[in-house]
Amino acid sequence: MKKSLGIIGIFLAIFLIASLFGENFLTGLNLQNLTNRTALYSILALGASIVIVTGGIDLSIGSVVCLAGITVPWLLVEFEWSPWQVIPVVLAGSALIGLFHGLLITKLRLQPFLVTLCGLLLYRGIARWMTGDQSQGFQGEFGDVRAIALARFTVPGFRELGIEGFRVPATVIPMVVLAVVIGLFYSRTVWGRWILATGRNESAARYSGVPTERLTILSYVACSLLGGFGGMLFIFDIGSAQPSDFGNFYELYAIAAAVLGGCSLRGGEMSVVGVLVGAATLQLLRNTIMLVGVGSQIEFAVIGAVLLIGVGADELVRRLSARRAERLAVAAHT
Amino acid sequence: MSDLQNPTPVMLRVRGIGRRYAGLVALAGIDLDIRGGEVLGIVGENGAGKSTLLKILSGVVTPSDGTMECATDTHELRMVQLDGVRSASRAGIALVHQELNLAENLDLAGAIFLGREPSRYGLLDLPRMRREAAKWLARVGLALDPSTLCASLGLAQRQQVEIAKALSCEAKVLILDEPTSSLSAPETKRLLAIMDDLRSEGVAVVFVSHHLEEVMQIADRVMVLRDGRSTGELMRGSFDRAMIERLMVGRDLKSAPKRLIAAESQARLKVDRLVSVHRRRQAVSFEVRAGEIVGLAGLVGAGRTETLEAIAGIRHHQGEVTLDGVALTGGSVERVRRGVAIVPEDRARNGLFLEDAVSMNMSLAWIDRRSNSRLLDSGAEASLIARMTSRMQLRPADPSRRVQTLSGGNQQKTVIGRWLAVDPALLLLDEPTRGVDVGARAEIHAEIRRLSESGSAVLFASSELEEVLLLADRILVMHEGRIAGELNSHEATEVAIMHLATGGGHE
Repeated sequence: MKKSLGIIGIFLAIFLIASLFGENFLTGLNLQNLTNRTALYSILALGASIVIVTGGIDLSIGSVVCLAGITVPWLLVEFEWSPWQVIPVVLAGSALIGLFHGLLITKLRLQPFLVTLCGLLLYRGIARWMTGDQSQGFQGEFGDVRAIALARFTVPGFRELGIEGFRVPATVIPMVVLAVVIGLFYSRTVWGRWILATGRNESAARYSGVPTERLTILSYVACSLLGGFGGMLFIFDIGSAQPSDFGNFYELYAIAAAVLGGCSLRGGEMSVVGVLVGAATLQLLRNTIMLVGVGSQIEFAVIGAVLLIGVGADELVRRLSARRAERLAVAAHT
Repeated sequence: MSDLQNPTPVMLRVRGIGRRYAGLVALAGIDLDIRGGEVLGIVGENGAGKSTLLKILSGVVTPSDGTMECATDTHELRMVQLDGVRSASRAGIALVHQELNLAENLDLAGAIFLGREPSRYGLLDLPRMRREAAKWLARVGLALDPSTLCASLGLAQRQQVEIAKALSCEAKVLILDEPTSSLSAPETKRLLAIMDDLRSEGVAVVFVSHHLEEVMQIADRVMVLRDGRSTGELMRGSFDRAMIERLMVGRDLKSAPKRLIAAESQARLKVDRLVSVHRRRQAVSFEVRAGEIVGLAGLVGAGRTETLEAIAGIRHHQGEVTLDGVALTGGSVERVRRGVAIVPEDRARNGLFLEDAVSMNMSLAWIDRRSNSRLLDSGAEASLIARMTSRMQLRPADPSRRVQTLSGGNQQKTVIGRWLAVDPALLLLDEPTRGVDVGARAEIHAEIRRLSESGSAVLFASSELEEVLLLADRILVMHEGRIAGELNSHEATEVAIMHLATGGGHE
């Protein structure tokens, strides 16, 4: 929690700037869209953080989003499967992708960067080839299934704040459930504790009898599963997508959110609250850039700069605390 | 070989050389003349100061006290201040490290001239490089084409290349740090022959070795170090093995009060023809009984760590290991579940989660035994940590402290506490008190004894003879990957252990 204070501060500062200078920022519809996008990207960011905690990385998230997302309308419309067949198949397929990554990384000892970079190319290519590079959509049907992402709930209170028309998007529900489950997993279970230990010092974990390989594989499975689940929600949300660009760069938003949220790329550190706020900050930033009118071309540059400042500050804090630790250790000797 | 008292010129003279690290004396008051055409052997226990002395001689470490003089081309001695390997190499001193570090992707000529490649018009002068390299390779008896890749060479050949490299720098003093530690017997013989050649060409050869046989075979003079001081300098003809061993060990240590292990106490750990990753691939067999503490003694590289790690399932092995009559199989995960625990030699790398709190480090193994479900029981965990903190006498007794901030002794107590918390059936310790102060060492030893009294089997490896004698009920001495002998604690002496550890054998 203490680690998340920095990113919460950044979030509040940007929120303040957007409220003051952004036209139409504090409107119900804008806040509702912002919440929806935060929820969707949070799911991917949680997946990314699960892998980052082990000291690994997953660059294939965007392509998994694309392949899983595109497959849903493709099977529903072209092959006329029922949604209750499609959803389990897509989720199982996503989990298999993660299993494939995990096995290559632990058993064959390939580097996570390399394995998932190949995944990024592989799944994108498969998605485009499979669909003949044609846009896939629900063609106005399947409203009942798409409601998983599209339903909106009215909550009291916002009208009194002067914000008209804000309704909570349904995507918030899986975000909250996943965040709570993942948060409890790392703080309250043996496996969660062991994954943190593995990320911190894999060798020491192995000497302590921790099944490091199994837990690493599990982490990659969870990440790809969340990617596939997120891809499904994204396609339900937007209705149709192009296999060539759907999900592009999503892995970078996810990794950036995790890092901003306090997950060190060295592994061993996790803060669910931080990851959620990190994802929210990135979406808020995109939204603000659009509304303040500086031109959306600069979006990537701003995100890059914020990320650099964030990780730079984190590194400085780490060095300072290491120096303090050294002094304490010297004191302990004397 | 020396016929007269001073037949050969002094190449390097040191007087009163010493080195302190953070107030601890690693080396003190060393006087030494290193002569051309002479082989000087330096021997001593682990930690006697041999490495420090070599590092000073080769400019890697600057001495805290004392002076060094180097011979000029006209054999005059001139005071030098060595600050770095480069200045040592300018003074004609070259060190061949124990760990060879040749760049694998270079060919022999490239490796020999690395950093001082001959060039013409800014381009590498390859023909000249190869020509000269061939000359130096011939001098060390390596009949290989200079364009051979280093990666294709065996250990012994790599060493010869390193020596050739040293000679090509016009080295007058050649220092070899445990040159034979990773060589087979015929390779060792060849290396000794090369050293003999160099001696006859007037080079001063200084070498450190754990193998007294070699030292006695080749050295003209032997210097014995103990606890950072020279305990004797013996000329060829005036030394024998027993004499060197006595000088190496020196002190007469009182061993701990001996404990009686009931003869009928059953064997808990049985190791049958275990072959570990040790380069000699020798089979070892032994047993550890319930309530018994067995010490593995031996010099660095004798195969103690490999044996412990094989038993713990960290490394693959051949042969059978059984615990309480049931074979141990699989990796460390399965074996830890069966009650095997290992405290590794390098605690920062393999033992601790330095950035995490003491509490997390201590409960890591326990949380698995304790929780029936996979959920953590925070209340029970907190009370365990409180119990272990006081049992291990952690100072400060604050389990929320990051392990990084603790002293070496408290860090070691944290690792050992992790295992004592789960009452292991077999506790393996590799260097249980390395870098630990005297007080903490006694506390750690007491806890190990207490565990064994409750019926666990304990097997530990230590490079410090003193610790082996203090802690072990029975001592297995390893040499070159095999068990060279077994000593009961009441008959063991430092000299007896050292005799076996240096390949003396019972023969």
